[in-house]
Amino acid sequence: MRIELQDIHKYYGPVRANNGISLTVAPGEIHGILGENGAGKSTLMKILTGFIHATQGSILINASPVKFQNPAQSSQLGIGMLYQDPLDFPLMTVLDNFMLGLTDGLSVETDQFRDKLKELATSFGFQINPDIPVQRLTIGERQQLEIVRLLVLGIEVLVLDEPTTGISEVQKRLLFQALKKLAADGKSVILVSHKLEDVETLCDRVTVLRYGAVTGAMESPFDTEELLKMMFGAPPAQPLRKAAQLGASVLEMKQVYASGGRAGLEDCNLTFREGEMIGLAGLEGSGQGVFLRVASGVQKPSLGEITLRGSRIKGGDYSAFKYAGTAFLPASRLEEGLIPGLTMTEHYALQNKNSKFLIPWTQAYQQAKERIKLFRIKGKPQTFAHALSGGNQQRLLLSFLPDKPKLLLLENPTRGLDLESAHWVWQRLCNYADQKVCIVFASSELDEILMVADRILVFFDGRIIKDVKSDETDADELGRAIAGKSD
Amino acid sequence: MQLNKSLQSGFTLLLNGVLTLIVMFCFTTLILLVAGAPPLAAYYHIFKGSLGSWITFGHVIKTWIPLTLCSAGLIYTFRIGLWNIGVEGQIMMGAVFSTALLRWGADWNQPFGVIGLAFAAGIAGGAIWAIIAGFLKTKGGVNEIFAGLGLNFVAQGFILWLIFGPWRRPGVASMSGTEPFPYQLWLSTWPGLRIAPAGLALAIGAVLLTALILKYTRVGLNLKAIGNNAQAARLFGLNPQRNMILAMLLAGGLAGLAGNIQVTGVYHRLLPAISSNYGYLALMVVMLSNYNIWAAPLVALFFACLNVGSIQLPMVLRLDSSLSGVIQGSLVLATLAVQAWRVKRNK
Repeated sequence: MRIELQDIHKYYGPVRANNGISLTVAPGEIHGILGENGAGKSTLMKILTGFIHATQGSILINASPVKFQNPAQSSQLGIGMLYQDPLDFPLMTVLDNFMLGLTDGLSVETDQFRDKLKELATSFGFQINPDIPVQRLTIGERQQLEIVRLLVLGIEVLVLDEPTTGISEVQKRLLFQALKKLAADGKSVILVSHKLEDVETLCDRVTVLRYGAVTGAMESPFDTEELLKMMFGAPPAQPLRKAAQLGASVLEMKQVYASGGRAGLEDCNLTFREGEMIGLAGLEGSGQGVFLRVASGVQKPSLGEITLRGSRIKGGDYSAFKYAGTAFLPASRLEEGLIPGLTMTEHYALQNKNSKFLIPWTQAYQQAKERIKLFRIKGKPQTFAHALSGGNQQRLLLSFLPDKPKLLLLENPTRGLDLESAHWVWQRLCNYADQKVCIVFASSELDEILMVADRILVFFDGRIIKDVKSDETDADELGRAIAGKSD
Repeated sequence: MQLNKSLQSGFTLLLNGVLTLIVMFCFTTLILLVAGAPPLAAYYHIFKGSLGSWITFGHVIKTWIPLTLCSAGLIYTFRIGLWNIGVEGQIMMGAVFSTALLRWGADWNQPFGVIGLAFAAGIAGGAIWAIIAGFLKTKGGVNEIFAGLGLNFVAQGFILWLIFGPWRRPGVASMSGTEPFPYQLWLSTWPGLRIAPAGLALAIGAVLLTALILKYTRVGLNLKAIGNNAQAARLFGLNPQRNMILAMLLAGGLAGLAGNIQVTGVYHRLLPAISSNYGYLALMVVMLSNYNIWAAPLVALFFACLNVGSIQLPMVLRLDSSLSGVIQGSLVLATLAVQAWRVKRNK
């Protein structure tokens, strides 16, 4: 199936998410759409799959124009989308999810579908147990299920939105093999990503977006320097990190236990010092999230002692922790960090505690204007937080960090950010560390932790099973610890 | 650009309103036809019965005052995401507390002081009733809808017990309520209209004050922030539970004030039906005005007209007076339908 997007525009009020994008995807082609956050990739794909309507422009399928009123119409024509978070029913079994929408609801031929699922899965080398509930699958396995489900529905075009986020190396290899096989069968694949490496290894052709417009296209083999230039204008530099001078103790924990998450937090003992940059590694849900919430006073520990800057503090009292100089940045921005329905100015007004009763609106507006410029947020003071793209939401969150904190606790601070944004975030954080701030961050990318942290803690099943200086370890050793082998 | 935009959004609001009215009229007309009544005549009598004369308009304003007070209060609780169904009981407790104070102070010879204290007592009564629901919610984890509903029943029972028990009229305990207060404890009214200027001033004042609080003070912003995302609001140093109690307190206080005016300015005694369902009606008013403090008084006026105007229907057209309830209900449904339709279209 040949897809042509012609001069697609999409405006959200004054924001031009797509500004005249044209591209063609040939049958049997793996087409990469590359761009930093907020470049307009997701918007373009939502238009192609019928979730939103373009303000202007047309979609041609096999040279005949189509107009999708809703996602069902585009999937009827054979366009299937694999979302970052697969849209499945977590409490139902794999097989039930697979069968959904395929049966008439009267005669359920379970065995037939079980065979079909098995056959398709094996042909791609996927191993999924059909009888366990979907909530017990990893993200990668849920992706695999979604791919075979879409194939059974008879799709001709598969759109994938950042498919390699949150899946293991093995799963990624399997996924790429599967996509190559699909392309060889004559199906088209559209890969939306900000990861250069993925696009380079997989795609036949790449279209690069920037600020809602096409900045270039390239056929395989790719010139990395050239692609980076199309994405960012100029290639980003690596962050500089000087060896830290450690100062007094900032945070101490003694035998702290807490519940929550998959594993909770068990028997946590540690001391963090001024100027220290600590990376928390581990599979997601191994206790890092609970640890950060306990250390920031958001969550109350069930047992144990916490000492903040020399004095004992009662757990679970966020304002007391905040008063002592801690700040916490949660990973789920719109769920935990920002307030949908409030503008950026209103966020700064909440942040600004200069007056007790009346809101200093003019001050907050000025502050919003300054911060937007300083943090290079794409939006206006009156833009709603939920209308910002993921990367800009992260910048907004970062802009709330106090000027002179003592302890910063960050959960996946660069998740979903493109290279340039991530680099910029680390530069800012390193500046903090140089001012003797203690920084603790969780990240799912080992490379990132090794690059910026001085000290690394590995979490496994709620416990810290490794605590090392980053120059005394390597990715292999850490990888083994993440998998639960501490020596 | 800015002006253009506000004109545009004003136009959208107007269009919404007109569409809602059309849907509502179609629906009501259908019901009137089914009931075998001439629709035009019915509408005419509703209009004549509410805006037809100064006397009937006076009745409309008398209904508008408690409706507006309760609506202003409910805006606080809706802001923070609470469904304060208990507003009905809060009106009743405001009335009970006021009555208690007026009975107690009847022979003090200080009418102004007693009436002033009665206002405070009414506010306190409503606020206490609301705070109970608030604490049940924040400390006990009881959904505020159930807590409020339960407290409504308790308040209604309490009023009946008072009227037939300790506060019964000598000799004739009846549904007609307690012994009327001495004349000097009535809120003074405009001659002929029987509207208490104090009540009118308080209702208007409540609307203005609410608008100012929502727009310019921390309270307004905090309620909005917590209502949209309580978890993130905590990271901004806000205490959701404390703010929920505050919102309940404001809503309950205003509802209690409405109850007070029902007692001191309208009936001059405590009645079993002292709240006249104005609390439930106010919930609809606020929803229909899309939680907007400036729209709420207008919608309240419309509801007051319907309420008062339809009193005519049984007498003139031999229709059941519950028809006004049907019209109000269909108004809510029509609004929700139009809103849903617009949201869907804007996607």
